[in-house]
Amino acid sequence: MIAARFVPLAAAAALALLVGACSAPTTGPAAADPAAMVLADGYEPDDFNPLMGYGEEGASKIYDGLTALDAQRQPQPALAASAPVAAPDGLSWTVPLRQGVTFHDGTAFDATDVVATYKAVLDPAKAATVASGFSMVRDVVAVDPATVRFDLTRPFLLFPGRLTLPIAPAEAVAVPGPASDMPLGTKPVGTGPYRMVEWRQGSSMVLEANPTYFGGAPAVRKITVVFATDDNTRAQRVAAGEFDGTVLPPALAKGIAGQAQGMVLREHASADYRTITMPFGNPVTADPAIRQALNRAVNRQGMIDALLAGQGRPASTPIPEVLPEEVEPAAQFPFDVAQANAILDAAGWVRGPDGLRARAGLPASFTLMYGADDTVRRDLAQAFASDARAVGVDVRLEGLGWDAIDPRLGTDAVVLGGGNPFDTAFKSWQLLSSANAADGYNNPGSYRNAAVDQALDAALAAPDRATRAAELRRFQTAYAADPGMVFLTFLGHSYLTRDRFDGYEPVVEPHTHGTTWGPWWNVERWTPRT
Amino acid sequence: MTTALEAPSRRRDREIGILVAWRLGVAVPVVAVVATGVFLLAAWSPFDPIYQYFGVGVFSAGDAAVENARQQLGLNDSVWTQLGRWAGGLLSGDLGQSLSFRQPVGTVIAQRLPWTLLLVTVGLAVSVVLSLVAGVVAAWRQGGWVDRAVTAVGHTLEGLPPFVLALGAIAVFAVAWPVLPVAGLTDAGAAPTVDQVARHVVLPAVVLGISQMPWLVLHVRSSLLGALDEDHVTGARARGLPERTVVLRHALPTALLPFVTVLGNRLPEVVTGAVLVETVFSWPGIAAAVVTAALSVDFPLLAALTLLTTAAVLLGALLADVAVLVLDPRVTADG
Repeated sequence: MIAARFVPLAAAAALALLVGACSAPTTGPAAADPAAMVLADGYEPDDFNPLMGYGEEGASKIYDGLTALDAQRQPQPALAASAPVAAPDGLSWTVPLRQGVTFHDGTAFDATDVVATYKAVLDPAKAATVASGFSMVRDVVAVDPATVRFDLTRPFLLFPGRLTLPIAPAEAVAVPGPASDMPLGTKPVGTGPYRMVEWRQGSSMVLEANPTYFGGAPAVRKITVVFATDDNTRAQRVAAGEFDGTVLPPALAKGIAGQAQGMVLREHASADYRTITMPFGNPVTADPAIRQALNRAVNRQGMIDALLAGQGRPASTPIPEVLPEEVEPAAQFPFDVAQANAILDAAGWVRGPDGLRARAGLPASFTLMYGADDTVRRDLAQAFASDARAVGVDVRLEGLGWDAIDPRLGTDAVVLGGGNPFDTAFKSWQLLSSANAADGYNNPGSYRNAAVDQALDAALAAPDRATRAAELRRFQTAYAADPGMVFLTFLGHSYLTRDRFDGYEPVVEPHTHGTTWGPWWNVERWTPRT
Repeated sequence: MTTALEAPSRRRDREIGILVAWRLGVAVPVVAVVATGVFLLAAWSPFDPIYQYFGVGVFSAGDAAVENARQQLGLNDSVWTQLGRWAGGLLSGDLGQSLSFRQPVGTVIAQRLPWTLLLVTVGLAVSVVLSLVAGVVAAWRQGGWVDRAVTAVGHTLEGLPPFVLALGAIAVFAVAWPVLPVAGLTDAGAAPTVDQVARHVVLPAVVLGISQMPWLVLHVRSSLLGALDEDHVTGARARGLPERTVVLRHALPTALLPFVTVLGNRLPEVVTGAVLVETVFSWPGIAAAVVTAALSVDFPLLAALTLLTTAAVLLGALLADVAVLVLDPRVTADG
């Protein structure tokens, strides 16, 4: 009985499936609306909450900060009506606010929103992940609805560059509990050029132009970002014409650029360093001779050519040479194996029969850890180990999860990455000042150098740019005399974009990249070519 | 006449009622034990939820900020305190906040469960239809080429994990012969319309269905072979009924009864299969969320999903048993 009724039904269902299976494949979205853009990103944000780090360096499409960085990395007023003004003692900054701006939900923007956002960052109960970057802010007050004042604990010359933090509506950040609980994370509300229409977690998000944007409604009216985490899959889909742009590892981007019709390869320099920490808690890496020798034993350009398809610049300090006003040319380490060997010989590290060195029974050997899921760091670690072995230093590699790396930061070396071109002094201070020794991933090796500390403190407290640059150069000279790490390279970031828009401007990028930065950092000013 | 029919039917209803009540009673402690187990496993796992909270921000955050976040999130409390807090919330209808999805757990489930149900339903339908058709044909012509092919393919698929099947399907239908979309719910940026979703569900659902098929098809075949030897089938043949009627009307119904139980018991496997299939095909369902939740030690989401799975498995077994009771008057309910 059951079966007799079931068989025709089954046949119908099978037929329906076959018909479904035979229908035409999907058409590429690139052919559709010329004012729409489909991008593929290899990384999906955990959330869109500024307190949790989204758009901290600006260029978020959804939010605006009080300032925004331009192509020359200078802060320009965004939600601020004009440039922030410092008090004569440098301990407070007054920011006049733009009038007549509304959030995507229609509410008006004023000083209460700015105060609420920054107070939420400072509030321990919110556990904002960006809080460490605002340690210099003591308080923020609304002078009147159109003016706010930041009170600092110490003078901070580049404070306007810190004000890129996105501003959220006061009511959105007033939710009790930690910042991760805020609905803002999944339903962002900002004043920015685009508003979030839909975020399908794990697959895609859709941004739509904000017609009432204070900078004028963007000409690219709709941006769809598809999250495709696998590099090779993404490259194939770009080559097939499915996307109007994506971010790819340099070698892959070069390979695909030829095949993908109508796509241009954009290669951006960055301040995104990769460095090997030399923990002072380990008797081998703490030895100044070992640190000096390794800095000369690594073939930085060789690594860049072999592993990064030539995309990248050698790094000796956290200051990249794309910032000519800040970099100290004399503080760059040459690739000089003979000198490295000489330094080690002079310091009493004697080669054994196996070619590896030892001093007073202590073998020149240490462990280097790297995040196991990051192929670039793995490759750099392997290249480093092979260069180190050439001068008789044994480096054992361990690819681990960060949970496992964390407790060993004090005694074992690790491949670290980070950096931004906007405030190199602050980043260098976090990474190398003894004030931050062993504070989380800040200065994990507990590097201590009085001259470096003094120069960095002076750079941060500098009253003007010239003094700051001079102090930064002094810092690099002091660092090069006793290097606390082995900086390897500043990565280049590679992108493919469809050549049918005008408005692209090259930019030097921070560690954060993908479809937020990249060629699309100023996409709100792009226009479709007709 | 009517009273004679009604009396056993009413007794049957009562039996089913007792079975359901008994099973639901047992389910409560089972669910509680499973939830506690998941909490303990997560607590002993080497993953630290603070990395999920901070993301890349952890590399510039100071120890004080990290410690403060731990405090605010209650991660420093003992696992028993966390379990108690979660259970308390559960009793008041609050499933808590998912750390990995940054949304209330209830919202995550509400957004994703329908897509998983769609995938699993279509997948099961594919599986049932294919296995019934193939199983019946194989048993009908036992030893024929169809039978040999079905048995061989069935045994091969039994040993093949769903993700291998899924990757194979992608290689064929996306790379070699691109007729079907292979990832996501819709095309990039398209609204989830019936047309879009119907096209995108084909590949994952067929892979899920086929991965579950071998157990069902081999079972249908063997139990139909058994049924074909039974007395009432011989009787039907003796009465001169056409072979078609004998197989489909007389043998198949008997053979289908144990099939219902097998189907119910396959449910845990279907859930496991869905985890793999959803991950490979970027299907935004609840099963893919299990992976995310487990990797980031998202206590509240992990526990809620475990409860959901446990409930689905218990319910599947119960429904299968009730269906057998309803279909076969010879079976007695013994809880």
